[in-house]
Amino acid sequence: MPQTIHFQYTVPGDDFTRAGEASSSVKKALKKIGINPEVIRKVAIAMYEGEINMVIHAGGGSIDVDITPDEVRMVLVDHGPGIANIDLAMQEGWSTAPDDVRSLGFGAGMGLPNMKKCSDDMTVESVVGQGTTVRMTVLCH
Amino acid sequence: MKITPAVLARELGFSVLAGGQSLERAVDCAYSCDLLSFVMGRAPAGCAWVTVMGNVNAVAVAVLADCACVILADGVALDPAAKEKAEAQDVAVLSSGEPVFETALAVHELLSARQ
Repeated sequence: MPQTIHFQYTVPGDDFTRAGEASSSVKKALKKIGINPEVIRKVAIAMYEGEINMVIHAGGGSIDVDITPDEVRMVLVDHGPGIANIDLAMQEGWSTAPDDVRSLGFGAGMGLPNMKKCSDDMTVESVVGQGTTVRMTVLCH
Repeated sequence: MKITPAVLARELGFSVLAGGQSLERAVDCAYSCDLLSFVMGRAPAGCAWVTVMGNVNAVAVAVLADCACVILADGVALDPAAKEKAEAQDVAVLSSGEPVFETALAVHELLSARQ
C-alpha cells in the first residue's frame, strides 16, 4: 500500500441521519487494508463521536484522515461556538446538549471522553466564538 | 455450538427485522444500554445489544462498535430509515416482546447453557 492514504469529509450540520457516514467509510477502508480489528474499532468510535459532536454543537465541520502503516491521524475542524472550558468538557457526564438530542440517545457527556479513551494521543484546541479543532492519533500496532 | 442472531431468533422467539449474512455472525455476550455514547464506549465487540433505541443512530452505533446484533426490546419498532440503514450495512436487528432485562437475561442464559 502507499505510505499514506488521505481522506477528507464534510460533516453536514443538523443531520443526524448522515452522521456516521465518514466513520463508516474510514472503517471500510481500514478493513480492506487489513488493519487490526481493535484498531479499526477505536478509530471508528473516536471519529463517530467527533462527527456527532459537530452535528450537535457546531453546525457541521470537516474531517481529514491520514492512514499510514503505523498510525491513523484524524483532524476534526469546526467553526461552531467553541468550548469554554475544555477540562470540564473532558469529564464524563458533562454535557451541554439540548433535550431533543438527548431523546435520540446522545448527549450523555461521553463524547470527548470516549474520543480520548480510543486515541493514543488527542489534543483539543478551541476558541469561543470561532470553533474547535480536535487532533487524534490511533497507533496501528 | 455457535450462537448467532439467527439462533437467538429461533430459540428465544425473537423476530428478525433486518439482516442478511450478519444473522450468521457469532454472538459472544449480551449487553444492554440506551445511551448511545455509553454503548460506543463500553459495548464489547461481538455483543448482542439489547436496547429500546430503534433509530438510525442506533444502527450506526452497532456498526461502529462492532456489535453482533441489535435486539429491540419491549416490541419497540425499527423506524423506516433505521431499517434501510440496517439492510444497507447488513446489521442484524431482532425484536423481542419482553422488557430489556428479561431479553438480555434470556440471551445470557442461552449463551451460558451452550458454552
